[in-house]
Amino acid sequence: MTFLNVIVLLPILAAIAVALGAPARKTSLTAAWAQLAFTLVALLGYDRTLGGFQFGSLWNVAPAWKMGIRLGADGLTLVMLLLTALVTVAAIIATPRIEKRENLFYACVLLISAGAAGAFASLDLFFFYAFHELALIPTFLLIGIWGTGERQVAAWKITIYLAIGSIILLIGLSKLYLSIPEAARTFDMTLLPAAAKSISAGDQATAYIFILIGFGILISLFPFHSWAPSAYASAPTPVAMLHSGVLKKFGLYGMIRIAIPMLPEGAKQYANVLLVLLVCSIIYLGLVTIAQKRLDLMLGYSSCMHMGYIFLGIAAGNVIGISGAALLMLAHGLSIAALFAMCGYLREHTPSLKFTSLGGLAKRMPFLGYAFGMAAFASIGLPGFANFASEMMIFFGAFKSGATAASLTFSGPQIATVFALWGVVISAVYMLRAYRQIFMGEPLANTATATDPTCCQRLPILLLLAALLIGGIWPKSYLTFIQPSVETLLTR
Amino acid sequence: MQQILPAISLEVTVILLGVLMLFAEAFAKTADRSHMARYAIGVLLALLGFSFFTQAAPADGGAFWRFYSVDATAMFFKRIALATTVLVLIMALEYRHVLARYIPGVKEGQGTGEFYTLPVFICAGLMFMASAVDFTLIFVALELVTIGFYALVAYMRRSAQSLEAGVKYLILGALSTGFLVYGITWIFGLSGETNLAAISVKLHTGFAPGGPLVGNETALLFGILLIIVALGFKIAAAPFQLWVPDVYQGAPTPITAFLSVGSKSAGFIVLIRVLEVFLAVEVVRTKVIAVLTLLAIATLLYGNLAAMPQDNLKRLFAYSSIGHAGYLLMALAAMGTSPALAKEAVSFYLAGYLLMTLLSFLVLILVARHSRGDDIRHFNGLGKRSPFLAFALTLAIASLAGVPLTAGFVGKFLVFKAAVAAEQWPLLGVGILAVAAGFYYYIRVIAAMYWQEPNDTTPIKLGPLARTTIAILAAAIILVGICPSLITTQLRDPAPLAAR
Repeated sequence: MTFLNVIVLLPILAAIAVALGAPARKTSLTAAWAQLAFTLVALLGYDRTLGGFQFGSLWNVAPAWKMGIRLGADGLTLVMLLLTALVTVAAIIATPRIEKRENLFYACVLLISAGAAGAFASLDLFFFYAFHELALIPTFLLIGIWGTGERQVAAWKITIYLAIGSIILLIGLSKLYLSIPEAARTFDMTLLPAAAKSISAGDQATAYIFILIGFGILISLFPFHSWAPSAYASAPTPVAMLHSGVLKKFGLYGMIRIAIPMLPEGAKQYANVLLVLLVCSIIYLGLVTIAQKRLDLMLGYSSCMHMGYIFLGIAAGNVIGISGAALLMLAHGLSIAALFAMCGYLREHTPSLKFTSLGGLAKRMPFLGYAFGMAAFASIGLPGFANFASEMMIFFGAFKSGATAASLTFSGPQIATVFALWGVVISAVYMLRAYRQIFMGEPLANTATATDPTCCQRLPILLLLAALLIGGIWPKSYLTFIQPSVETLLTR
Repeated sequence: MQQILPAISLEVTVILLGVLMLFAEAFAKTADRSHMARYAIGVLLALLGFSFFTQAAPADGGAFWRFYSVDATAMFFKRIALATTVLVLIMALEYRHVLARYIPGVKEGQGTGEFYTLPVFICAGLMFMASAVDFTLIFVALELVTIGFYALVAYMRRSAQSLEAGVKYLILGALSTGFLVYGITWIFGLSGETNLAAISVKLHTGFAPGGPLVGNETALLFGILLIIVALGFKIAAAPFQLWVPDVYQGAPTPITAFLSVGSKSAGFIVLIRVLEVFLAVEVVRTKVIAVLTLLAIATLLYGNLAAMPQDNLKRLFAYSSIGHAGYLLMALAAMGTSPALAKEAVSFYLAGYLLMTLLSFLVLILVARHSRGDDIRHFNGLGKRSPFLAFALTLAIASLAGVPLTAGFVGKFLVFKAAVAAEQWPLLGVGILAVAAGFYYYIRVIAAMYWQEPNDTTPIKLGPLARTTIAILAAAIILVGICPSLITTQLRDPAPLAAR
């Protein structure tokens, strides 16, 4: 039993126990805290001088296909697992009282977390994919049963959308696998990059475009984003936190782990397509976010918009850009989870999430006012938070990419960077406007009963903000894990 | 592993069992016939165990081996037939009270013996078909299966729906038999052989440049088309699927399950064997692939799109079973370029399909017995009424839809992989659409079970047999989904006998 086995198995076993009737909230909380503890121990125990994949384990389930449940973690994986564990703990604490079928609810939430942890820790292409889908049916049930507003429509939309994305991704991954000469075919992700070197540029392009569209749908890249805002707006608080904070990062992780190192020629061919899509994500979705009139929808759109930055770092294709993208995956996951946690609290304690029916809440809820402000600043990308450090790295990386001293024209990534910078302004507009309308001014009469979160309810928000601050003040704490992994990925 | 039994002894035992059951039906003193089914289940399970100890085909051969082969694929499909029959008999036991309502008889259970006996004969037919490498044996085995089904589909004599289904199945089944015989005649006319290997040799040399058959491509193609049409009826491929919805809905539910699994797997093993011969003939290969691709596209679209508006679960499964035939055809269409991948995909898919379909039908029978109906609304709130049944059905449906870590997903993955290897891009596009539609109609059932409130809150009581069977099937779906080598190791041919 390695640490990784425990980290992946804990939520699954807890979900089974809860489904069979164990006390739901207690079991889930214990499992989540234990998962976080084991992740921290794994982070401390990871030998950085040695590098590479550690805590390996293998269960050979189909030796003839060279397929097995192969777990292993490098620095990048561990940071993603840390994100998973932090958001899981926060999400479970932030869960309000569940009136009906509590056990089913917690079992489903734990399965989402297990799916994410399993996918990040998998070093086998098949199970990397399979673990992610573990979350599909639980998400459908969670949004459909316990959601708010147009929950049923949202549940159908997210499920069918993600199913289509997954099957397109499956075709792309199959193409990648089949393009390798038969003798070298394997699902082992540690051997794949070397084996993938023999893939011709044409095959790479075919595989890459399927993988890009597949992941693009899962990540809600423009124009495949329309499932996300409505689903997050309707989802119960922990689901919105886990899905937007953690599960969506699976696609980005796949881009960094699979698409970029294994299909570099394909990435080159479709580089401009990706740049256009990500600029549209940032600018168009940013403007759409400004137009939102409800907090939950605004947060949903903003989470789609921020995917554009991460894609920009990936499109840069150099160590600094991709490391920045990885750090932003963590930072965005933490900040959006904190925002959704507070949004969920507001939904419970105020009559409506419409900006017009909220106002002056900072007077009634001083703690929430501070905390929301910090999370909003983090989300905009103000210095002091991990988002700032990572966005800087992405912009530097992208501006460096494709530029040579000899060329007098701007390269594609450089032009995209110039557009993307405006995204920061757009984020500032919608976040600060939302902040002003919700928390500033005179309190409205309809929120007279609203009270600040209790100590216990503050804990998840504080936890996430602390992790963000550490990344902002001392980015190296995370980057020492991320950067060497990215370097190995790119030099292979 | 000791190999003590000749493979044919399995079929012989199954037939003997059937004959014994007929005697028991004729001479037994008690009215209740359910014990017959219990004995049959025991014997068939034992045979399933024995099937792992059978002899491989002798290297020298003899007249008999012109008809009959025992390669790994054949043994695999024999096991599928045995497992299916066992599960169908278990379902028939659970269904016996419903059946009794529609059978004229003085006491409950009287006159139901054939309901347990005919599946055993059908099982023998399916097992023969798995081994058949000669058109005569293929034809005889197929008829043994089909005639058994004619009687079983119309078994509920007081139900107009069942009788209607029986007539429809009889007429269209007879028609497809006609197509099959006619197709075989054309192939025989060209090659002068009925044995598949001999036909393959004759066609290969005959259609080689300068061979005696050059110029007869159209005749060969016509024969192949007739055979594909005939088998298209059996596997419910569009446009030969017209009988499916009414027959599936009208037939007794265990028989619907049997039709959907047994009939389909038999059709596909014959298709694999026959297509292997025809795809080896250069001159017609691209045309045969084109026909299969078109069939696959039509079947995928028809099955999956028509399933979307269905409100009756049996009917929904009928359309979705057409959809699944589409995925299997998708793999067959890749057989011309990557035969190994395609064969593996079809066999695996069918094994997974067996598990998930029979599990869903078993739950359907149990719930329908309590709710007195098999519409989707009868499943409302099942998550509260019986969490165990709801979980089992959710698992089966997730597997049918193709959610990973289930047997159904691995099957679907292999099918898509084969299609990618064959670079069938348009077909893959239709496949994406089909998967999306599939998610929609399958998840409707999950939504009914968990989103809706129950119409009736009485808990559903389960017998020990049903409970164990459901638990085993559910565990098997997950196990095969996580550990596919459980199935794939059975698909590899062991070293031939002479080499040992």
